[in-house]
Amino acid sequence: MADISIKGLHKTYPGSTELATNNVSLEVAEGEFMVLLGPSGCGKTTLLRMVAGLDFPDEGSISIGGRDVTYLPPQDRNLSMVFQSYAVFPHRKVRTNIGFGLVMKKVPRDEIERKVAWAADLLQLTPYLDRYPAQLSGGQRQRVAVARAIVMDADVLLMDEPLSNLDALLRLDFRAELKKIVQQLGSTTLYVTHDQVEAMSLSDRVAVMKKGQIAQLGHPITVYEEPADRFVGGFIGSPPMNFLEGRVTQQGALEVAGQSTDAPEFLAHTARTGGLPVMVGIRAENIYLEQRGIPGTLDATVEVVEPLGHATLLTVDLGGQTIKVQVASTVRVSSGERVGLRFDQSAIRFFDTETQLGLTA
Amino acid sequence: MAAPDAPAAARPQPRPAGPRGRPPRKKGTSAAMLLIAPSIVFMTLLFGWPMVSGILQAFGGPEGLTTANFTRMTQDPYFWSSVGNTLLLIVVMIPIQFVLALAMALLIRAKPKGSSAYFYIWAIPLAVSDLAAGLVWLTVFTDRGYLNSLLASFGLEPVSWLAYDNYASMFMAVLIAEVWRATSLVFVIVVAGLQSIPKDYEEAAGVFGAGFWDRLWHVTLPLLRPSLQTALILRTILAFQTFAVALALTGQNFPLVVGETYRWYTGLQDANVASALALVVMTVSMITAIGYLKLLKDQSEAPR
Ligand SMILES: Nc1ncnc2c1ncn2[C@@H]1O[C@H](COP(=O)(O)OP(=O)(O)O)[C@@H](O)[C@H]1O
Ligand SMILES: [Mg+2]
Repeated sequence: MADISIKGLHKTYPGSTELATNNVSLEVAEGEFMVLLGPSGCGKTTLLRMVAGLDFPDEGSISIGGRDVTYLPPQDRNLSMVFQSYAVFPHRKVRTNIGFGLVMKKVPRDEIERKVAWAADLLQLTPYLDRYPAQLSGGQRQRVAVARAIVMDADVLLMDEPLSNLDALLRLDFRAELKKIVQQLGSTTLYVTHDQVEAMSLSDRVAVMKKGQIAQLGHPITVYEEPADRFVGGFIGSPPMNFLEGRVTQQGALEVAGQSTDAPEFLAHTARTGGLPVMVGIRAENIYLEQRGIPGTLDATVEVVEPLGHATLLTVDLGGQTIKVQVASTVRVSSGERVGLRFDQSAIRFFDTETQLGLTA
Repeated sequence: MAAPDAPAAARPQPRPAGPRGRPPRKKGTSAAMLLIAPSIVFMTLLFGWPMVSGILQAFGGPEGLTTANFTRMTQDPYFWSSVGNTLLLIVVMIPIQFVLALAMALLIRAKPKGSSAYFYIWAIPLAVSDLAAGLVWLTVFTDRGYLNSLLASFGLEPVSWLAYDNYASMFMAVLIAEVWRATSLVFVIVVAGLQSIPKDYEEAAGVFGAGFWDRLWHVTLPLLRPSLQTALILRTILAFQTFAVALALTGQNFPLVVGETYRWYTGLQDANVASALALVVMTVSMITAIGYLKLLKDQSEAPR
């Protein structure tokens, strides 16, 4: 087992002017499950490929277990990987695909057989062991790719969207299964996904990436509750965080949509000398529906009502700005209804209108 | 099928498989027949007919069908040496060509600087006719050729590379010329084949601990199998037909089977024995092709 230490990675693909990764530094502790989360094209795969040794950085260094591996070829790094494209060998049966890495490591044959059977059982591939990949569905192929990676007992396990092609139900199952497997293996794991639910549910820590940079690194709940900037708040969560233009007045009140509530102390201080424009961020589930006119609430009008089963999602017009509000499914409202909104004060986040960065005490 | 009007349901022959169940299929086969008809006609005219007449000629004699042509063929002093030379050339040349072509193709795949230039340079011999190639190499190997001038410039004695009594050097000259001329065919096929293999497979193999040779043996070559098969069949069949290079370089000193066909036809003016020889070449080529197909059968395709 080994920790991964990534320092100042810069990478530009030939023929491109944009940095695919821009000064990325990341420490993954031994046995930690780190998720790289970000929208498509933000450089997650690029970062993973450099850790794997499939691409080399222009600048920066990577070490695994204290050993500098920046320019070592992949076969010398003792890692295993699930490829985004699966890369399951088409000319080999599922059985020999799963055992490939073990054969390369010259593991005794009976141990290979045992491990392949174990992994196939775990990933429900046992009936397909003697098939060729062409005879499998996309989801099954992806499971073969996962099986091939987990039999390796490698120091470092790299996974590039390993659940992307499973159908919703299977994905839910495997997410939990995968978490269990990885905990058992104890491998240091770097896991790439663009699915924030996956990131939240699997990770010990999550690194949210944006345009080749890490926008925020932290425990999933922290990242969810205290996004470091507007991008993170807008990317994580379903629905994403609401953003409202607001202002902190000289009197220390928070003005949103022409109505005012109390502003938190730390903002009120800084605004003493004059009005301070801020971006107010609040999640849909932290807004409560009240009777109109109760002090401390904001007047709003319900535009759309979407029952989701476990909750009801409202699209609400708040003085010209549209926000999402999530209420219990027992709440009865109809579109066009005029309501009062109360924000959970402890859940409100503030962002600088210029830099988009979060403002904290 | 809900029939809104009674007459439709009352018809003696309803169409149970939907309104357009059967007719299109019939139409399809006749359309297919129409489409392949021209090629059948051309194949018959340009391929079938000459082959039949060639076979008839091979067995033809003054008193009807005979095997006398084959006897004459085998009794010719050049025949067995031409067979031996041809086989030796094939056995030595084809592995060399495949190793070279594969090495060059892998080099290009690694994308060094100017790799596309290499591709075009290595593909050039493809455009050179075999006789021209033979003549080019003749200027190298002939008694007063470049090679001997080079030797002379080092103060060494000239060698008669292509002399009758210098079999080894004669063979080497033909081999080198043929390797130079015909490796590009294998190369081009292998490059095309490699291009259709995503890099992921080799990358995955690397991640799972395979070094260069393991990757080549366990991943690249198996995935390249269809291309290698094509190249092998083409190259072997063409190698059976090698002749102009040897003719240009050595005249009659290094006889090859197809060269013998040519000699029987033009020199000895015996079309029957020439046909017999051609028939032998064709049969051997076909057997080889079938052998390769069986030998290199792609297992991952088989059970589908
Ligand atoms: N082989 C490549 N050549 C050139 N540009 C690439 C290559 N691979 C990825 N890129 C570019 O690098 C950026 C990051 O890509 P990638 O790491 O694959 O993103 P992600 O995995 O987060 O979706 C993208 O803008 C993409 O277009
Ligand atoms: Mg990706």
